[in-house]
Amino acid sequence: MDDMQKIVLDYVTREYLEDDSQTINPDTPLISGGIVDSFSMVSLKRFLENTYSISIPDDKATPEAFDTVNKICTLVREFQTK
Amino acid sequence: MAYPDPIKQTYQKEIKDIRDAGLFKQERFIHSSQAADITVEFPEGAKLQPAINMCSNNYLGLSSHPEVLKAAHEGLDTRGYGMSSVRFICGTQDIHRELEHKVTEFLGTEATILFPSCMDANAGVFEAVLNDKDVMIADRLVHASIIDGMRLCKAQQDTFKHSDMAHLEEKLQLHADKRVKLIITDGVFSMDGDTAKLDEIVRLAERYGALVFVDDSHGSGYIGKTGRGTQEKYGVMGKIDIITTTFGKALGGASGGCVSGRREIVELCRQKARPYLFSNTVAPVIVAGVLRVLEILSKSTERRDKLETNTAHWRKGLTEAGFVLKEGDTSIVPVMLFNAKLAQDVSRDLYTEGVYAMGFFFPVVPKGQARIRTQVSAGHEVRHLDKALAAFKKVGQKFDILGKTKDEIIQKYGM
Repeated sequence: MDDMQKIVLDYVTREYLEDDSQTINPDTPLISGGIVDSFSMVSLKRFLENTYSISIPDDKATPEAFDTVNKICTLVREFQTK
Repeated sequence: MAYPDPIKQTYQKEIKDIRDAGLFKQERFIHSSQAADITVEFPEGAKLQPAINMCSNNYLGLSSHPEVLKAAHEGLDTRGYGMSSVRFICGTQDIHRELEHKVTEFLGTEATILFPSCMDANAGVFEAVLNDKDVMIADRLVHASIIDGMRLCKAQQDTFKHSDMAHLEEKLQLHADKRVKLIITDGVFSMDGDTAKLDEIVRLAERYGALVFVDDSHGSGYIGKTGRGTQEKYGVMGKIDIITTTFGKALGGASGGCVSGRREIVELCRQKARPYLFSNTVAPVIVAGVLRVLEILSKSTERRDKLETNTAHWRKGLTEAGFVLKEGDTSIVPVMLFNAKLAQDVSRDLYTEGVYAMGFFFPVVPKGQARIRTQVSAGHEVRHLDKALAAFKKVGQKFDILGKTKDEIIQKYGM
């Protein structure tokens, strides 16, 4: 797991999991799996923008693009290079 | 053909899927007025059966109170059945204004506006006072009507973990740049019966310059020493910027709701809130009934005091019998069964024993947290509660769950 995966996974764990009994990995479905609801995506988007000094347009911050830690990392890298 | 077969079949399949998933809601028909003792037809067509109602929101037992009925009759006789209008065209009567003033006085706020329901109040208020420069930060267990209201609003949406003040503070810091930061919570959470920590929430709001919204539908009328709601319990009267509540629970049980709070916010709702502008005025008969309810509650705390005593008796009885309960100090007392089928089976057997109490399971509550949600009323007498306790014990024994821990119940019945 690279640094970005670790950072995003750690944030999602702290932010969204209710107790220690739940664990997730970089491919766990977050939104379609019912772990993150669409309301709560906002804080994740803000966290990514603040942490990586990027701006993600709302039309790119879709439930599909945010569905796993790996997909989120792909999205962040796309905007880091722009 | 206005209703083509493929569409009909699609709907039929959807209904079948709901049934197959065990989520189909079957209504029970009550042949009496709302009270501790009711007469029930269930399933449809079955012989009528008397039952003790342990699952209504009739917290103060005012739904069929003679004085409230009398006031409602007077309202009907003097102000008619309906107004055939929204408020701002020709639907505002003197008694609508009077009720708004009385609710303001009762809740200790600056102003109040009536809505056809609290669902409508929650659907209208956010859009009326917030825009895309603002953020709404909601407890993750708020009522569905708040979620729908938030969806209708252009402000950014965020959430904090249930009653987690450290998490809320993080969110207030995260959204420091927003014009309005609105903290949103229920006063009493309807599924668990716990209350929002409004003293801490108000402290955080003051520190970060945020506003506070509380839906006190399950608290108004009986929480707090004089029944002014969770804001009274936590000593923050006058510090909640927006309170929404219903007249459909403790405050008479018919229907109708309101937004009560800061004068400007209420005025903006009157000018802009769509469920207010585009749905009929609250019927005069309901307005007259709620006016009498507030008069009764302002004169005496007898009913909420009785409810407190009844709730303590009920909670103690269930605890001594060996049930697992959700901790709390409101009149919502969830009996935890964890397994959805067990909750349904216990509810069915309770009904056979003459007790009406519904099972709740996913998606209404999280998976593995199925329960019977019991609700105590000032309309109950000790004899009702003792009879219901005897039924709970009998059914609890049958399923061998008395004295068992959460883990033991889950081990026996699964999640």
